[in-house]
Amino acid sequence: MDILELAFMQRALLAAFLVGVTAPAIGIYLVQRRQALMGDGIGHVALTGVGLGFLLNTSPVWVATAVCVVGAVVMELIRSYGKTRGDIALAMLFYGGMAGGVMLMSLSSSGSNANLTTYLFGSITTVSQQDIVAICILATFVILTTVGLRRQLFAICQDEEFARVTGLPVRLLNLLVAVTAAVTVTVAMRVVGLLLVSALMVIPVAASQQIARSFATTFAMAVAVGVLVTVSGTVTSYYVDVPSGATIVLLAIGVFVVLTMIATPLAKRRAETAAAAERCTLEETPAGPATDDVQV
Amino acid sequence: MEQPVISLRGATASLGSRPVLRGVDLAVHRGEVVALLGANGSGKSTAVRAVVGQVPLTGGELELFGTPRRRFRDWSRVGYVPQRTTAASGVPATVREVVSAGRLARTGLGPTRKADREAVTKALELVGMADRIKDSVNALSGGQHQRVLIARALAGEPELLIMDEPMAGVDLASQEVLAKALREEVARGATVLLVLHELGPLEPLIDRAVVLRDGCVVHDGPPPQAVGQHALPGHDHVHPHADPAAEPIRTGLLS
Repeated sequence: MDILELAFMQRALLAAFLVGVTAPAIGIYLVQRRQALMGDGIGHVALTGVGLGFLLNTSPVWVATAVCVVGAVVMELIRSYGKTRGDIALAMLFYGGMAGGVMLMSLSSSGSNANLTTYLFGSITTVSQQDIVAICILATFVILTTVGLRRQLFAICQDEEFARVTGLPVRLLNLLVAVTAAVTVTVAMRVVGLLLVSALMVIPVAASQQIARSFATTFAMAVAVGVLVTVSGTVTSYYVDVPSGATIVLLAIGVFVVLTMIATPLAKRRAETAAAAERCTLEETPAGPATDDVQV
Repeated sequence: MEQPVISLRGATASLGSRPVLRGVDLAVHRGEVVALLGANGSGKSTAVRAVVGQVPLTGGELELFGTPRRRFRDWSRVGYVPQRTTAASGVPATVREVVSAGRLARTGLGPTRKADREAVTKALELVGMADRIKDSVNALSGGQHQRVLIARALAGEPELLIMDEPMAGVDLASQEVLAKALREEVARGATVLLVLHELGPLEPLIDRAVVLRDGCVVHDGPPPQAVGQHALPGHDHVHPHADPAAEPIRTGLLS
């Protein structure tokens, strides 16, 4: 296994593994509250952070993290206060972030189009020692949050109004979800790139919910699928000279298709078992309750 | 006299620029079962959502267990069933997982203990769903969704149960189960405030009915007779029963 003896590949594989764990771990909550594209929005904003990092000649990862966190908090505030034209505000944030990044990048002396591409589409083999330290610290934060507070985050993403009446600090937890998503984007940016970050938050979750029946299983399977595709995608991109980000995302879509094909006969069998168990009850009369609420 | 569990005085609230509550007075005492009735748009749902703090009051006073709403923190004493047609969300979840969320009123950010898991099972037994604990909520019927949502509120072992249209879209079999569950809660000493479209199988349980019309209380007293629902002020509900002959039989069975 000569691949494991190369320092840059060791870093690449560690980064890939951490992205495989963290992106689906926070993504499941975003999918649960039907905010699947939030990661994409944060990815756009992150580009301004990367540009700023180049302009200031500091680590793009840390500056991007700071800018992402601010962007995600603004998005969460727009969402929770439900301003009537929230979608327009979000669009401003997305495209402003993208344009700001390109502009700052071109102003900086060290930034170039080649550099821009590595952040947009990922360049896992150029992950530096400094980057990997940042990725490890940030990934630890994401894992502690998404696993440690899973019951609370499940509740606020399942039914926010109910969660507020249980007395949970819902506003704080919502902000925590936004911040964690922002941190995950910067963890994943070197591996899959800012434009493909959201794919790793959404596709493993979508794939595992084809088969899983519980939240816990969906969570575990999504992380397993995430790790499988990021690590195998990284190895593939080493042996075959292809970009890591694109390979990983295409592999994830492949897993989704395979699991969907397995799920169809499985769901059929489950439905038959359930129908056999429920035969001769009054439950399955959809016409009854529907007519009970007729208004003229 | 003992402090009421819920005390709403001169409450006003608006949704957007439209006033929905225009000076509502409502007091619910310990152990009482109060039904909030009224036509669509009468403000009954807004009234209970204001009580649980989900709609801000623009005027008037609200006290829960004798504490002004602003200073009330003891949410584990309140069980809430929001108006929903489904217990599902964007990701699969089992009945146990959804109902366990109700236990957070007790555990907060802390860990789950054996007593918490037992309370979840007990709440599901109460609504007759204990055998479905491992099933996905996506596989449930409309009435079963509502039973899960009620179990979720009961899991926190609340003293006060607030339910917003718990019988909407629920088949008759599930309505009977819910009436039985509610009867047990009331026997245990729980206080109940619920929004209803019609009294249905819950009628014998209800101590008092408060009828709203255009955001004002127009009736506060004993629940109207099931057969005399049309005599209710502001009641524009059109009975769906196709066969008028079936009506007396139905009420006879349930009262």
